[in-house]
Amino acid sequence: MTKPVLIFGYGNPGRGDDVLGPLLLDYIARHFNLDGIELLSDFQLQIEHALDLADRELVLFADSAMPGEICYKFYELLPEKDRSYTSHAMTPQSVLDVYTDIHGQSPPASFLLSIMGETFELGEGLSPVARQNLLAAKSLVNELLAEPEIKTWRRIAEQRQPFRHLIQHK
Amino acid sequence: MYEHLETAQNQEKLRRIAIDPVSRVEGHGKVTLLLDENNKVRQARLHIVEFRGFERFIQGRPYWELPVLVQRLCGICPVSHHLAAAKAIDQLVGVDPKNLPVTATKLRRLLHFGQVLQSHALHFFHLSSPDLLFGFESEINKRNIIAVLNDYPGIGLQGVKLRKYGQEVIRMISGKRIHGSGAIAGGMNKALSKEERDYLLLDIDQVIDWSTSAVNLVKKIHCSNLPYYDEFATIRSNYLGLIQPNGALELYHGGIRCKNDKGETLVDHYDYRHYNDLIHEEVRSWTYMKFPYLLPLGKDNGWYRVGPLARVNNCEFIDTPLAEAQRAEFKAHGGANSLSAAALPPSLAVEAMVHSTLATHWARLIEMLHCAESIQRLLHDPDILGQDLIAHGEKRYEGIGVIEAPRGTLFHHYQIDDNDIVTKANLIVSTTSNNQAMNESVRQVAAEYLSGRELTEPLLNNVEVAIRAYDPCLSCATHAVGKMPLQLELVDAQGHLIDKIAKHSDGQVERIND
Repeated sequence: MTKPVLIFGYGNPGRGDDVLGPLLLDYIARHFNLDGIELLSDFQLQIEHALDLADRELVLFADSAMPGEICYKFYELLPEKDRSYTSHAMTPQSVLDVYTDIHGQSPPASFLLSIMGETFELGEGLSPVARQNLLAAKSLVNELLAEPEIKTWRRIAEQRQPFRHLIQHK
Repeated sequence: MYEHLETAQNQEKLRRIAIDPVSRVEGHGKVTLLLDENNKVRQARLHIVEFRGFERFIQGRPYWELPVLVQRLCGICPVSHHLAAAKAIDQLVGVDPKNLPVTATKLRRLLHFGQVLQSHALHFFHLSSPDLLFGFESEINKRNIIAVLNDYPGIGLQGVKLRKYGQEVIRMISGKRIHGSGAIAGGMNKALSKEERDYLLLDIDQVIDWSTSAVNLVKKIHCSNLPYYDEFATIRSNYLGLIQPNGALELYHGGIRCKNDKGETLVDHYDYRHYNDLIHEEVRSWTYMKFPYLLPLGKDNGWYRVGPLARVNNCEFIDTPLAEAQRAEFKAHGGANSLSAAALPPSLAVEAMVHSTLATHWARLIEMLHCAESIQRLLHDPDILGQDLIAHGEKRYEGIGVIEAPRGTLFHHYQIDDNDIVTKANLIVSTTSNNQAMNESVRQVAAEYLSGRELTEPLLNNVEVAIRAYDPCLSCATHAVGKMPLQLELVDAQGHLIDKIAKHSDGQVERIND
């Protein structure tokens, strides 16, 4: 049976702070009861990940982000068509759009937690800044998973809203 | 044909337009157009930066780590790097391809077919919004394509499910959805169980049906406006790829075949372990990316294309029946319509190469059908359930593995020391091999569609359509939330920035005034 909550942490563990999403999954796997939570990881988003959203109540995408002024950003996502010139990159919003396209209905409530990184070069380890930001993100996840409900996550996202203008999302 | 546009004379009098995807790290592309005072394109260059640092990433590691390690080089086709590395380290443990256990070879082929099917299926998905692949130059084109699409409801979902099926093939063989470790030095580390085989057989007939439908769709779109699609971004080139000993299409292992633009065979069944004697890479001052060329033809004439168009052009046949029927139709189209046909006597026209850049999409989906048929054939082969997975040999200090990745020929070359540590690594990825060809196609588009016209979004879309046909590997394993907008800068002859606009990944165009 499909678990109601999906947490999708994505990034390349070979590229420095790009690994923040998968590291957050490791933390969740160690500290939470996963009876109602499915964890999923990949290098990057692709169209078939829309199938993983089916029959969920809540979805959390966890990703690393370009350096910014705050340690993470958390907000709700809406579907948005991707018209970039390369097949090598998809946004979580475009995965939601694929879901809408192939299922003919709105996707489950989905949120993005993007954790600020600093360096993304091939072969680099986690930077000290990213390590600090990951700690803050873990604290947020504790809050989110204490009450994995749409209303609660929207309230938390709203609380973080004033900080959105402070950062340049990657 | 458009070589004169690579380096313009009197550059100080030209304005510069740069199309620059904003990127956080390497893996971005930029198109630079130099315009003269009359807005004529005088120079066009495509810059793609990728894979910087991969040698450093690999050197110093023990060779047995490589099949897993190199998957981190590319998030789009990690299995291709995985298998190219495995083929190279087979040699380091003294195992040549002919000595690999039969089951191990067939499992690797199955894995590879799953990867190529998955990769190519993305283009089938994109046909649901075909302006991305084919452009909408005119309302007539748009109406033609929409009329074709009416006969193919649900292609978006089919594209997604085809990708998912390829992913399941990978998962069954390598044990994991990502970061799998199926191939190891001298063979494979896991047999395929009967249950896993039966699971993959459940959907294979559907996968073949959808793949057939995909080829028919792309063919109809292409033929809905032949003069336009055959000429858009089209260039004459040499072609390079692996080939079976009998001349059949090959994706996993074979000798190198090169043909010229007239379809004449230049090199055949060439042992890829001597690739250094066939291919050299030229460095140019304006880009980090190298320009490979065939040594016998020299820098000016030796550049070549790799990938689906090259492979389908180079082979004499495809050894699966449905794909072969489609190949024959594809080649007949080339004989009837391509630029090359005009240059050949009528008696040879049917054998002409297909040079249409947009026909790459067509060739790509023929290959997808071939992969689906090959997966079915392998799943019914009793050898696929065998348990003999590893061969052993005497240590060697150098290994070279070559494979046909979805985007083209991929070379992995390693040297190790007495402690089994990699001391030297060299990779030639397909996007590098296609570097000159992509530049040529961009120049063609620039010359045909941008010269003397106002810079508009539809015109820039044409450049994007030309680039998408090659599907260059840009991100190389970094995902990219919102980081693929195109940034355009207009700089006058004195080097002053006079305008800047950005096109974001959602298609929105934003004018930026600093």
